[in-house]
Amino acid sequence: MKNCREITRLLSESQERELSLKERTSLKLHLAICSGCRNFSKQMGSLRSITRAYTRGAPERTGDNNKSGK
Amino acid sequence: MSDNATPDAATAPAPLSDERFLQELRQQMHRFASLQLNDPQSAEDAVQEALVGALRNLRTFDGRSALKTWVFAILKNKIADQLRQRKRFVDADQLLNADREGHDHDELFDRHGHWLKEERPAHWEDPESAIHEKHFWRVFESCLDYLPARQAQLFMMREFIELESHEICAAAEISVSNLNVTLHRARLRLRECLENNWFQREE
Repeated sequence: MKNCREITRLLSESQERELSLKERTSLKLHLAICSGCRNFSKQMGSLRSITRAYTRGAPERTGDNNKSGK
Repeated sequence: MSDNATPDAATAPAPLSDERFLQELRQQMHRFASLQLNDPQSAEDAVQEALVGALRNLRTFDGRSALKTWVFAILKNKIADQLRQRKRFVDADQLLNADREGHDHDELFDRHGHWLKEERPAHWEDPESAIHEKHFWRVFESCLDYLPARQAQLFMMREFIELESHEICAAAEISVSNLNVTLHRARLRLRECLENNWFQREE
């Protein structure tokens, strides 16, 4: 049974390569019982989309129009 | 028989004549360089030199990603040159960062490798809307700055430049497992920083 450190390592690696069936199975087992790693898992996706938005100029677009207070 | 290396139309590097692609590439290079050099002027110089170098040594590229890899390899060398010139400052910096790096995991997991209670990742409320907030990007940049130099460099090669693992390993001369360990640490660190300074501010 993998611990949280190993599971987060797998989740990080899944951003670089496709995980094996065995790896995916141990992920599933762990995520079913661990909310911390479940959140971490979602955050890997968020981190990527945030970074993509950053390199595609999202920060500049927040400065352009001054829509403070929505 | 001609020994002139004249690129013919079929093998000319098409991506270099694509205005929009170049523009985007330039932007990415600039971000990459500024974050690593911490100085917009030196960053601009490095980007210029790398692009000039790329244009001067035109050769056949197998598509855009090959060109990107190559241009960034040049940029990386330019950045390394600049960092070497101000070695004294960098050394002091890296000492601090290396220290931080050493403690990475101890702070997050207990000795069985399970999350420490206070370090356990929380639920992020609406991460999609953060990207529209100006202040969020300041937090994001501070968090990137806070990463140890090596982690930041490899993370940016992967996530900013969007290079594949094998390309990064070749450019940075490291093993895949070394890269994986470093990216893992960078992501742990970055998500923690974003959580503490943005997603869980109201605690």
